[in-house]
Amino acid sequence: MKLLQIAELPPHSASTVRIPIQGAALCAGFPSPADDFLEGSLELPRWLAPNPPATFAWNISGDSMRGAGIFDRDLAVADRSLKPGNGSVVVAIVDGTMSLKRLVIEGNVARLAFDNPDLPAFAVEDLIEGEIWGVVRFSIRWHVARAGLVR
Amino acid sequence: MSRAIALIDGNSFYCSCERVFDPKLARVPVIVLSNNDGCAIARTAEAKALGIKMGDPWFKIRQQCQREGVRVFSSNYTLYGDMSARTNAVYRDFSPAVEIYSIDESFLDLSDVRDRDRVALARDLRSTVRAWTGIPTCVGIGPTKTLAKLANHIAKTIPDLDGVCDLTDPVAYDHWLCRISVAEVWGIGRASLAKLIGLGVDTVADLRDLDPRPVRKAMTVVGERIIYELRGLACLPLELMPAQRKGCAVTRSFSRRITERETLEQAVATHATRLGEKLRRGGLGTTHVSIFYHTSEHDRGDPMRSISTTVTLPEATNDTLALIKAAQAGVARTWREAPGDRPWRYSKAGVVTTDLKLLEDAPRALIGQLDRERSAPLMAAMDACNARFGRGSVVPARAGPTEKRTWSTKFDMRSPRYTTQVTELPTAHC
Repeated sequence: MKLLQIAELPPHSASTVRIPIQGAALCAGFPSPADDFLEGSLELPRWLAPNPPATFAWNISGDSMRGAGIFDRDLAVADRSLKPGNGSVVVAIVDGTMSLKRLVIEGNVARLAFDNPDLPAFAVEDLIEGEIWGVVRFSIRWHVARAGLVR
Repeated sequence: MSRAIALIDGNSFYCSCERVFDPKLARVPVIVLSNNDGCAIARTAEAKALGIKMGDPWFKIRQQCQREGVRVFSSNYTLYGDMSARTNAVYRDFSPAVEIYSIDESFLDLSDVRDRDRVALARDLRSTVRAWTGIPTCVGIGPTKTLAKLANHIAKTIPDLDGVCDLTDPVAYDHWLCRISVAEVWGIGRASLAKLIGLGVDTVADLRDLDPRPVRKAMTVVGERIIYELRGLACLPLELMPAQRKGCAVTRSFSRRITERETLEQAVATHATRLGEKLRRGGLGTTHVSIFYHTSEHDRGDPMRSISTTVTLPEATNDTLALIKAAQAGVARTWREAPGDRPWRYSKAGVVTTDLKLLEDAPRALIGQLDRERSAPLMAAMDACNARFGRGSVVPARAGPTEKRTWSTKFDMRSPRYTTQVTELPTAHC
């Protein structure tokens, strides 16, 4: 493992973090079987992703979260270290499927709700039926076709 | 305050990585297969309960898996490597000294934590890793690495401990050591186990109470060290800096049997390419390249052949093109067309080096010097392209384009690379 003093960090590292910090070929015990398969991780700037090991990107499919400004084919970035609260947009497991929902807490009742003015208000589910996977910190929306999206 | 080492590891780590992104895998049996979908290398508790053993060949358990609804995955090392790096990033928030022992196990130095706070810290670590990365873990703590490893084993087997076992207090571990078989001790392999049973050793406590000196004769200094470690005397420090590599090998089983020279040449060129990348990452060079290839011991009745040869280079290098040339020379020197009409069907090939040294310290050759000044920027450019555009974007022509290789490792049931590829991210519906 190469240890770097903060003062030695190369200048670009202040603005860009790799998610996660790559631990390439560091096993002291025996070589990692993953060694031959490590890939450059997705890069996000530190000010967007303050906690890289807990940050995961999700593709979004569907239109039931338009009220939150999240649309079909957007990308949502969840930070699993954030505590969900009333109003959080969350990635949640509902009926064995990963879903994007709005967490609504009223008194001691928590619900996972759609956020789309076109959908009926009763289209909500009790949290008892679901499990929160992570809190969405921000989302990304492309204003050009995603087809040309190559690193 | 006393010395305290924690060993934390992921429960059924590869399976747990798969479960993080696919909720349908919760509470169902899941297994992960080795390279080329050979055998089971990771199993969830549900799969273990079905009697699937570590190392069970896939072709033997295939029908059972289909019948019992076991979800089966090829190994997705890109994902496991990324999740491993994430868990270790969390560990580093809890301890200043972390030794990554393997892809799913790390030793943490907790000596600076007050005795009475240690278990609480371990529980906090466990729940933080679970929350942030989704990976369930177990923590074992002891005054030495060997006892930490044993504590981890106890934490895994006794559900009441809730994933944490602290053996730093000698009174606490005395109680355990006479209850655990000596086979569970870290470093006791099959050979040493037989010797120990011969000495009348049954439990971990029996081993601890042996006189270390005669053991040194039977089991070398390693055996002696284990005894001291079990007594709480640390002999194995945390290795925060991995030792410089002395050797490096790239070996692969083919996904099918190989009979043509051209394919073998392509395979060793591919392995030499990977070897070059590995050497350059450590700034290392080599003056000898050994290549080997052989038929399979499973193909009984087929003609057998096993070849190993070493090619000497004029001076130390990590230039992929020079390594490929050496590997090709090795094939040229040893290739034979089969006599008769039954060709040798090769199952595996590899490229191995054993004399690595730091390239900058390596003496230059007087005769036959390689063009290091020109090759270094070329290799750097190739590595940069492959880092930026993905593995295999730029390959030497000798190795052939990645997608056209019909012999390379098979991953037929691999899950998406959820965390490293923009095109393979998981999907949430709304």
